[in-house]
Amino acid sequence: MSTTVDAYQEILAQATKTATPVVIRGGGSKSFYGRPVDGQPLDVSAHAGIIDYSPPELVVTARAGTLLSDLEAALAAENQMLAFEPPHFGPAATLGGAIACGLSGPRRPFSGAARDFVLGITCLNGRGELLRFGGQVMKNVAGYDLSRTLTGSLGTLALMLEISLKVLPRAEQQLTLCRQASGAEATGLFNLWAGRPLPLSAACHSDGRLYLRLSGFEQGVTAAAAALGGDILEDDETFWQGLREQTLPFFAGDTPLWRISVPPASAPLSLAGDTLTDWGGAQRWVRTDQPAGVVREATVAAGGHATRFRDSNRDDVFHPLSNRMLVLQQRLKASFDPAGILNPGRMYNGL
Amino acid sequence: MNEARIIEQLHRLLPSQCVLSSDEELRPYECDGLSAYRNLPLAVVIPETLDQLQDTLRLCTANNVPVVARGAGTGLSGGALPVSNGVLLSMARFKRMLDIDIQNRTARVQPGVTNLSISKAAAPHGLYYAPDPSSQLACSIGGNVAENAGGVHCLKYGLTVHNIMQLEVLGIDGEHMTIGSQALDSPGYDLLALMTGSEGMLGVITEVTVKLLPTPEDAQVILAAFDSVEAAGAAVTAVIASGIIPAGLELLDNPAIQAVEKFVQTGYPADAAAILLCEVDGSTADVEAQVTRVNAVFRDAGATAIKVSQNDVERQRFWAGRKAAFPAMGRLSPDYYCMDGTIPRKHLAQVLNGIADLSAEYGLPICNVFHAGDGNLHPLILYDANTPGELERTEELGGRILELCVAVGGTITGEHGVGLEKINQMCVQFNSDELTQFHAVKNAFDPQGLLNPGKAIPTLHRCAEFGAMHVHHGKLPHPELERF
Repeated sequence: MSTTVDAYQEILAQATKTATPVVIRGGGSKSFYGRPVDGQPLDVSAHAGIIDYSPPELVVTARAGTLLSDLEAALAAENQMLAFEPPHFGPAATLGGAIACGLSGPRRPFSGAARDFVLGITCLNGRGELLRFGGQVMKNVAGYDLSRTLTGSLGTLALMLEISLKVLPRAEQQLTLCRQASGAEATGLFNLWAGRPLPLSAACHSDGRLYLRLSGFEQGVTAAAAALGGDILEDDETFWQGLREQTLPFFAGDTPLWRISVPPASAPLSLAGDTLTDWGGAQRWVRTDQPAGVVREATVAAGGHATRFRDSNRDDVFHPLSNRMLVLQQRLKASFDPAGILNPGRMYNGL
Repeated sequence: MNEARIIEQLHRLLPSQCVLSSDEELRPYECDGLSAYRNLPLAVVIPETLDQLQDTLRLCTANNVPVVARGAGTGLSGGALPVSNGVLLSMARFKRMLDIDIQNRTARVQPGVTNLSISKAAAPHGLYYAPDPSSQLACSIGGNVAENAGGVHCLKYGLTVHNIMQLEVLGIDGEHMTIGSQALDSPGYDLLALMTGSEGMLGVITEVTVKLLPTPEDAQVILAAFDSVEAAGAAVTAVIASGIIPAGLELLDNPAIQAVEKFVQTGYPADAAAILLCEVDGSTADVEAQVTRVNAVFRDAGATAIKVSQNDVERQRFWAGRKAAFPAMGRLSPDYYCMDGTIPRKHLAQVLNGIADLSAEYGLPICNVFHAGDGNLHPLILYDANTPGELERTEELGGRILELCVAVGGTITGEHGVGLEKINQMCVQFNSDELTQFHAVKNAFDPQGLLNPGKAIPTLHRCAEFGAMHVHHGKLPHPELERF
């Protein structure tokens, strides 16, 4: 592909030969996420640039080191967007990092997650072999869906080089309604509304207030706002950006931050500490000093899983897998990375 | 163990109604929706309980017997074609609707439940299951997951992979796994995406939790006629460029319009080179806004006639022609062969012209009826299997159409799966390192290679032979491999 890619291929092939761990790094904006990894750093941020973007195709292909901000600016210029609203967590955030972490912002329950928008990935496996999965088309069932499998794998399966994503037009109209509500009331309302044909694009509850974003054609948004009622939030983009980038006051301070993923209509979890509810109830951010065991027990009781998202303790980050599932995932990792050199342990010990 | 002993063991293990082994009992299972390929299995097992299913898988694992899972058998790529030394595992008796969770908007169902029955069960709650493959009346949700089935509403609502939450799966060793969750994500690698569309090669699905969506308040169809396929293709691009994501956007070319009109009178303009059916949905206010805009876009794109459905009856009538397209072909020609390539839409006119040239070259008529919005082509090759050599020429023509799709950056299958049908074209789309990676993934789940062997992912050996066969068409796909 290019001399840069040749160099990456050589580094990985050599690392596999000598069983030397490689720590893949893009912009470093999400290096807090997951377990720490020791190894030879491989900075891939230089492999950047948009390769192909034709707006009416609704597809963009860019190199993994492309700054998320550059990519989003190019899409915005054509009145399009990444509908999964990936969090940046810093100006250096890259497309590759966003897809490797697989995180999605407030629009996720209504538009889909990062993996839902991934159409194809060109990557290097642990042996440094150049592989292309998926493509640049919306529908593609040739071969296993490995590009979606790579999404959220934290660089433990392959080094991503190029990513093709589905993009969507930006809504013509956006408006946010807010009102006083308890956490339980808010989740009840969110799930009632989500069962109706309303142009919802985000639903959050924090500090005694619920926030409901409507996006779509002007007529539809206006009609829905009138039917639902509530105050219209001025400058709502600041609020949703603050939620997406975790700059709202809720996210300040050193208390451990847990990300709890549960069925959306779940009742509030009985955990000490503050909760911010996003994704119409399906994602609960909890600030708590309670031990991991307590947090996870409450989460499992609700049918979900808990991630230690930001904390000084970085060992026990992701929800433990059953033994059978861990073994299967280890086998999957070995199929890509037989020497275990790609970000080993970033997700789980032994993966 | 020899084959007779395996059959005997199956009969001993399971109630008599669960095991079929005589030729006349096996015959109905010899093919799926792709009837050109037929093969009898060693036995057909139709378990009624999870325990029986587990026992069957354990017996097969212990004795190295291949297992091919089958849902409703409506697949179009030979994915459920039996293998001679293997068990054909029918999931037809797992057809219970287990739970509809209105609050969380999900349905938990057994794999043999039909696609349409999920939407019917959810309808009283104002909810539905979005993916709607044309076979939705008959096809099962387990098969939909195995194939990552699509339908006419994919561009807006996604494929099966976007609309399922959780799978219960048995490995080939009979051990149980939960993949995905009742929440919006789950820890570890995204095995839910990997399982979806894996064509029964990684595990046997025993339960599916699907996402339900609120039924749109309103939907209307805009029907537009064009005097060239190019103009219709440009209109598709223009609609999407205008900021609208239609719920469905279908194209029929003139041969398809003619065929449909002979079959059902839908009022499609018979002299048009192509028509587009554009469905928009949403709230009534949204639909009005979209109809106005699409109308204007089609007019500017040179439509020779535009009709907008005024009510649901008329909307259904506009769709009736599209839905009758395949049976209409059956009236025109003794046999037809449906292809499934997907291309970047910008190459639509070029590829349709290429298909017309190939049609002339082979002397076989082709009608085009397809999902234009997402570039998913369904060329239908009309042929007569009773004419000696015509099936073989049809398959070769089909293969060349798929290679044309790959050449413009597309894929050999958008929604029907590779199965056995397109296994040679996999060698054109993927190189040997990529195929080796696929085999390694398969090996992680099924080390003995017993689940649906020989489907979906070709061996390098097979590709070498196929490459040798096709070398005169151009570049050798695998120059590094030794030729046999």
